[in-house]
Amino acid sequence: MVAAIFRELGDSVQEALRALGRYALFAARVAGETPRSLLRFRLVVEQVYNAGALSLVIIMLSGLFVGMVLGLQGFDLLQRFGSEESLGTAAALGLLKELGPVITALLFAGRAGTALASELGLMRATDQIAAMEMMAVDPVRRVVMPRFLGGVIAMPLLAAIFSMIGLYGAQLVGVKLMGVDQGQFWSQMRAAVEFEDVMEGALKSFAFGAACSLVAVYEGYHSVPTAEGVGRATTRTVVISSVSVLLLDYILTAVML
Amino acid sequence: MSSVHSRGSDAIVRVRGLHYRAGGREIFAGVDLEFPRGAVTAVMGPSGSGKTTLLRLITGQARPDRGTVEFDGRDVARLSRRELYAMRRRMGMLFQNGALLTDFDVYENIAFPLREHARLPERLVRHLVLTKLQAVGLRGAARLMPAELSGGMARRVALARAIVMDPELLIYDEPFVGLDPISMGVVLRLIRRLNDTLGVTSIVVSHDVREITAVADYCHLLSTGRIIASGPPAEVAGSRHEDVRQFMHGLPDGPVAFHYPAPAYAEQVLQERA
Repeated sequence: MVAAIFRELGDSVQEALRALGRYALFAARVAGETPRSLLRFRLVVEQVYNAGALSLVIIMLSGLFVGMVLGLQGFDLLQRFGSEESLGTAAALGLLKELGPVITALLFAGRAGTALASELGLMRATDQIAAMEMMAVDPVRRVVMPRFLGGVIAMPLLAAIFSMIGLYGAQLVGVKLMGVDQGQFWSQMRAAVEFEDVMEGALKSFAFGAACSLVAVYEGYHSVPTAEGVGRATTRTVVISSVSVLLLDYILTAVML
Repeated sequence: MSSVHSRGSDAIVRVRGLHYRAGGREIFAGVDLEFPRGAVTAVMGPSGSGKTTLLRLITGQARPDRGTVEFDGRDVARLSRRELYAMRRRMGMLFQNGALLTDFDVYENIAFPLREHARLPERLVRHLVLTKLQAVGLRGAARLMPAELSGGMARRVALARAIVMDPELLIYDEPFVGLDPISMGVVLRLIRRLNDTLGVTSIVVSHDVREITAVADYCHLLSTGRIIASGPPAEVAGSRHEDVRQFMHGLPDGPVAFHYPAPAYAEQVLQERA
């Protein structure tokens, strides 16, 4: 009984390590292909549009609501210490360093990541990837790379828009609704927020973009070519991306603090 | 069989002692085959007999466990990635469902290999695409999207795409599946006509016996991991070999039994009642 449990545990660990190895090999291939793929810029721009522009509405709406909640909660908390004028600083740092990159990445995984995975999965299921291979066109270069790079480029842009709209939402609630002085809100924020804070957020969103896009293209490209296989690939994309983003967030925060 | 082997020295694809297993099942157990240059050769066999797997081995999408598959004298399994892609540029393949790129219209689907492999002026690309579309009778459908095409039209567009790089070998994987009689007739005529006018070699995998034997010069019949008949279609159709007769004449029972292996019916029913 105990031996069976250990055997099963061993098998699971072995399979997890194997999967990690496959991911590492694929990531190495993707990294190696990146310089050459950037030269086919038109294909990348198309994918920036698909991953980025088509996610704008959901990102902007979410940014607004998150910013408004931040305004309410922040005001309530800061009021207890009599420093509600610092709301701008608190909202800006919260959004730029944490909420912007993390929530954008989670939304990206749900919206663009699943779209990428299912698109690639369907291309495999309908033999489009095999057809490319038969036309001597490398599908990793032609299909995977532009989508990966599109996601990597789109994510920091989306996170910046999220933070900007979020800040507007926080200001809307804090200043217009709760009566925080508008001058104090903006001037304290400008005085406290450093360039490094902005860079920290940008670096995080870049790393999350790479992680989410890699997971999406890997899962889609390697999906089992059936309806069930494509469905499983999209689910795995959301689950693995979300966990990776939160894990990476902790690691990056610990390193950069 | 003799006629195929007599032209063996001029075979574009040669399979020797092929062994291949997949999913714990033996697909090929020592298969020897040759595909003569310039001929239409049909590969037939019941479902699951490994016809499509054979194509995957010829095109380097799979590697044999033992034995060799040669294209123009070179062992496909030993080619590097670059060499494999160079070999595939000399091949055109028609997939079962056409496998058109769904983001592109008909014109762009056919132009795709040209744009990827050659830096041609747009005027020349246009000329080549329209020529190939004219050859398959679909010049008027150039701006339709794949979703707007019927099964037969999609197959013809895929055929135009397969010949746009002027390949030496055309491979058809079940080209008649799901086609109405008119579309089937069109595709059949195209297989023969393209083979003769372009001077290519054609390999057609199919289990539509009557249709394919009407256009093929030679045929190979696969069953249970082996070649059970080879030769001109008329010769194979007249074979007295039981497996060959069952397949060629579509007999419901024979060496391939109607019933899947099971315990005796009465015994099983009585057992369940008890």
